[in-house]
Amino acid sequence: MAAPQPINIEDLDIYYSDFLAVEGVDVQIRPRSVTALIGPSGCGKSTFLRTLNRMHEVIPGAYAKGRVEINGEDIYDQKVDPVNVRRRVGMVFQKANPFPTMSIRDNVLAGVKLNNRRISRSASEELMERALKGANLWNEVKDRLDKPGMGLSGGQQQRLCIARTIAVQPDVVLMDEPCSALDPISTLAIEDLIHELKQEYTIVIVTHNMQQASRVSDRTGFFNIAGTGQPGHLIEVDDTDTIFTNPTNKQTEDYISGRFG
Amino acid sequence: MSTPTAVQNETSMRRSHDERRLPWYHLVFTGLAGLVVAIAGLAILDAFSIAAAIVVGFLLHLLFGWSYSLLREGPRWATERLMTLLVIGAFAVAMFPLTSLLWEVASRGMTRVLAAKPDPFAFWTSDMSGIIGGADAGGVFHAAVGTLLITLWASIISIPIGLFTAIFLVEYADQGWKKTLGTGVTFLVDVMTGIPSIVAGLFGLSLFITLMPDDSVRMGIMGAVALSLLMIPTVVRNSEEMLRLVPMDLREAAYALGVPKWLTIVKVVLRTAIAGLSTGITLAIARVIGETAPLLLTVGMVTSVNWNMFDGRMATLPTFINQQYRAGSANCMSDTVTNPISQEVYACSIATNIDRAWAAAFTLIVIVMVLNIIARLISHYFSPKLSR
Repeated sequence: MAAPQPINIEDLDIYYSDFLAVEGVDVQIRPRSVTALIGPSGCGKSTFLRTLNRMHEVIPGAYAKGRVEINGEDIYDQKVDPVNVRRRVGMVFQKANPFPTMSIRDNVLAGVKLNNRRISRSASEELMERALKGANLWNEVKDRLDKPGMGLSGGQQQRLCIARTIAVQPDVVLMDEPCSALDPISTLAIEDLIHELKQEYTIVIVTHNMQQASRVSDRTGFFNIAGTGQPGHLIEVDDTDTIFTNPTNKQTEDYISGRFG
Repeated sequence: MSTPTAVQNETSMRRSHDERRLPWYHLVFTGLAGLVVAIAGLAILDAFSIAAAIVVGFLLHLLFGWSYSLLREGPRWATERLMTLLVIGAFAVAMFPLTSLLWEVASRGMTRVLAAKPDPFAFWTSDMSGIIGGADAGGVFHAAVGTLLITLWASIISIPIGLFTAIFLVEYADQGWKKTLGTGVTFLVDVMTGIPSIVAGLFGLSLFITLMPDDSVRMGIMGAVALSLLMIPTVVRNSEEMLRLVPMDLREAAYALGVPKWLTIVKVVLRTAIAGLSTGITLAIARVIGETAPLLLTVGMVTSVNWNMFDGRMATLPTFINQQYRAGSANCMSDTVTNPISQEVYACSIATNIDRAWAAAFTLIVIVMVLNIIARLISHYFSPKLSR
């Protein structure tokens, strides 16, 4: 495998129909590290995250303009199929969403099975075990792989979704507030997992919890919005330590110190 | 440690039990009292009938049960008693026509089916060819075959069209010209839902008369086309509701794994909704399987089995019921009737036509019930499993 390349985002404008939701994002996301995105509600963090695997355009009327370069290729190029982008850039959602009709095993292998790809039984067993171990879930579910995925607890379901994502073997994993519906113990399990996952994957995580951002991330980006109906902007990106101790921008400092938001 | 816990348990148990609460069988007593008073009152007024006694008895039961409970249990429990009785009463009123209909059809139909000659169930294996006058013989095999074939073909036409329309409306009609088209389709489907079945029959008839050289053309497929006109809107409406129930989360989860949209629809959306879809389709089939008017117009009636959907008239159960009922009581000159051509001799029965109509109705209900059981099984085995 080639040396991991950063994600380069140049002059990205994100729209919902006529409404400009996020304006002029220019940022480089470092490979094999965790980048956290923080900011008040409605400022466009999740919207921005969803443009990184072209999930944004699933919403009717939504589109994005600009360049997002992953592994040297602009994913918004005319020739690029969004389906292929999503195979390389996985996503974990706020609410755990295992497929209700599938067993734990089938949920992990969903990326293979839903795409009608044929793989041998031994290869699929190995892939499943590797993904579940990668998501720190193997020991909890190895005796009930054929039970429904919906039968797991909330935290286990979220780790199942992470296993399902890494079973596709992406380069990048996007996480949209993955812990906001979980209790502190399950949150800790996922945060530990994020630390392990960054050895192999580039991770971008949106969170409302600033302690979480400071715990898990190497770099932090701060999004803000001037007011309702205004587009959101990426105010500042820096090393997490710098953002939380000595931010350059006044808005960031106000947000971090709890003066608003 | 153990003593205070035991005491606590005892008090909490005692607290949850209200001493004033009466056992349930007091309701039976007030009910019987109501019935007795109703019967006595109606007898005095010389207006006694079983139906009136039950209705008046139930109303008196409401009054007695409520006032008795008010005295013994207090106003809160009295209200609860009254509401419970009202709910049970509403349930009974709803169940009465259903059970009475099923009982009537099953008992009358079953009698004829079991009494069939020469062997039991011959009613389901023989047709009406060569049966004349009041002959106590014959069966519905030809009509059952016709109904099943025509309904099958109507389903073959309607289910793909209906399901694909629903998929278009839910998955693709989200913006631009597709949204406009979707709104139009929805409106037209709503209008189609209200088409009287006779109009659908006329459509099927005139369509084929226009296409074929012969004005007197009658084919099973004409009936299937007419029925599909009635079936499509139901399939679209039911399937659309079911597909909209599939959470957006699941579609996004599949997209995020790099699954193309069409595979997501086939393997996630349809798969998740399959229980509801099978129920919806069964309801649509049940709606058309009993249609009479369009089939009278398009496929007519015959006395023997016709397996060919593309040639000639066919018998169907609803039209058979209609025909037999209209034939009315048979005119029996002697104990037997003889077919002048085959010289076969049958026992003559005045009620034979009416009996056949009941037995055919029973057969139709059995077919619908079997379809419902199949749909239930599909729902049971394919619905999302939530248990641990």
